[in-house]
Amino acid sequence: MALRIEPRREVTWAARLLAPIAAVLLTLVFGGALFWTLGFDPLATLYAFFIGPVTGLYGLTELLVKAVPLIIIAAGLSVGFRANIWNIGAEGQLTMGAIAAAGVGLFAPQGLHGLLLPLMFLAALLAGMAWAGIAAFLRARFGTNEILVTLMLTYIAGLLLSWLVRGPWRDPMGFNFPQTALMPPAGTLSPLDPRFRVTASVWFALLVLGLLWLFVSRSFAGYRLAVGGAAPRAARYVGFSEKGAIWTGLLVGGAAAGVAGFYEVAGPLGQLSAVISPGYGFTAIIVAFVGRLHPAGILLGGLFLALTYVGGEAVQVSFGIPAHITRVFQGLLLFFLLASEFFTSWRITRSGA
Amino acid sequence: MDLATAIFVGTIAAATPMLLAALGELVVEKSGVLNLGLEGMMLIGAAVAFWLAISGWGLPLAFVGGALAGMLASGLFALLALVFLANQYATGLALAIFGTGLSAMIGMGFGSQPVATLKPLAIPLLGDIPLLGPLLFRFDIVVYLTLAMVPAVWWWLTRSKSGLILRTIGESPENAHAIGYPVRRIRLAAILFGGAMAGLGGAYLSVAYVGIWVENMTAGRGWIALSLVVFAAWRPWRALAGAVLFGGFTILQLHGQILGLPLPSEALSALPYLATIVALVLISQKRRRGMEVPASLARPFRPGA
Repeated sequence: MALRIEPRREVTWAARLLAPIAAVLLTLVFGGALFWTLGFDPLATLYAFFIGPVTGLYGLTELLVKAVPLIIIAAGLSVGFRANIWNIGAEGQLTMGAIAAAGVGLFAPQGLHGLLLPLMFLAALLAGMAWAGIAAFLRARFGTNEILVTLMLTYIAGLLLSWLVRGPWRDPMGFNFPQTALMPPAGTLSPLDPRFRVTASVWFALLVLGLLWLFVSRSFAGYRLAVGGAAPRAARYVGFSEKGAIWTGLLVGGAAAGVAGFYEVAGPLGQLSAVISPGYGFTAIIVAFVGRLHPAGILLGGLFLALTYVGGEAVQVSFGIPAHITRVFQGLLLFFLLASEFFTSWRITRSGA
Repeated sequence: MDLATAIFVGTIAAATPMLLAALGELVVEKSGVLNLGLEGMMLIGAAVAFWLAISGWGLPLAFVGGALAGMLASGLFALLALVFLANQYATGLALAIFGTGLSAMIGMGFGSQPVATLKPLAIPLLGDIPLLGPLLFRFDIVVYLTLAMVPAVWWWLTRSKSGLILRTIGESPENAHAIGYPVRRIRLAAILFGGAMAGLGGAYLSVAYVGIWVENMTAGRGWIALSLVVFAAWRPWRALAGAVLFGGFTILQLHGQILGLPLPSEALSALPYLATIVALVLISQKRRRGMEVPASLARPFRPGA
């Protein structure tokens, strides 16, 4: 008797939902085991990591602060991923967006008032697009691998940021800290409630999810893009363009990441410093996968991965566990998700005698 | 040692970790598997090797431990990619993220404590030859072993029967399976070899090249090694040339300021990344003529499909 696997003809909705849930549960079990091997009470640490942070109003709003950039970026990336375009340099596009937004905020002429924020928004969007556009151009023109190019551009963007905040843009009144001056009041998003850090970016994240939903389920362009990426030859046969898929996939992701950079600078950060993101651009890739490239899934995935950030900070404060545990949890989650997907796409049968 | 010699010697040392990782990945990709997790495996190897070194286990064991740690991490990738038929891009990314976190956790207690790094071999007579001696015979043993791996991998891939089988699997796993070769077992061996090489590369970085623990100390070298494989068009000798080129850019960045280049240090630090992009563009233009990419790269294989 031998086991063999065959593709499932139909993937049920229940199975699609079950895979991410199973992945989350397995991550909890392994995370608990990890805490235990580090010498901590697994239940207490898991509680502090996953539940403690969201028991209060403040914790919930902090969760939103972290979920918003993840959701915005993941929604943009999922357009590319649907077309098999692997933009994994959203972190760099976010950085460029933040730099552009801060540049406008700091150096635009005084007296723009209500125009300043829209200008910063636009600058960030264009900067993110341009940074991803380099990879799109090279892939469309020369066939250069976009994974490696977007990643190299991320390192370059990080160095540009580092140079700006240590050099020309450093705040002269900032006691030599590597950071710029604060954005002017007209270039700052005020929190929705003065007690918390959540800004109007929450509404924008929901808007992006709505747009993504329209794009994937209601538009011909979305369909064309998915075909162009999944089956380039078939796509060419019916007149869909592979290059179109490359440009759309990368530019949409870059624009979203750039805008996320704007919301960070105009919102919770208020200025540029040497480190402006705890890896949102990379984590958003996991969000897109956990959310199965679907708007509703990205919303839930964004909230859950935001929880790994606030949870990591919480166990660092209360147990002294390094916050790097966040990355370990994120990697584990993606591993388990990929493994559990096996069971939704294939079924195991017995064959032979 | 004059400046030119220092630059040459530094270039070879800087190239070594990237070359180790790239040679390993080259074999993995020749078998038709794409493991994007090099950065994570290198970091895990670097952290484990450093931990063994500061705990007094000695450098040879530190290298062995680093290689085993990289191998173990690649086993995780193999489980997902070969058994669960997971998307190899996503699995490799997960490994990169996981490895970054895990290595930082391992390295938490290291502080800024240094380890005694690997000493250059004192080769009698040869090392004393004027000019050539300091240029060619004053490296540490791992550099020589790494350089020896280049012809070894080349010979194995192109001249040995098992190398031919590996390449067949990379071109057409279905055919190889039909002939009766154990496709997944051979791919597993290739992945584990790649993991060990990446772990060794990380170990070289932490206990031979740098000598103190720095979080995220690979700084993209894993990704550059991946680019090297593409740049090398899956040929070991060209991987060596590429690694030396990129090692050169790393050293240029160190010496740039001594040489008085009127550029901010960040611009010099960006050079290896910029050079990687340029190299990828040049090579992708050239590839139009002949395809060297293993035909089944990153495509999961299911026996009996």
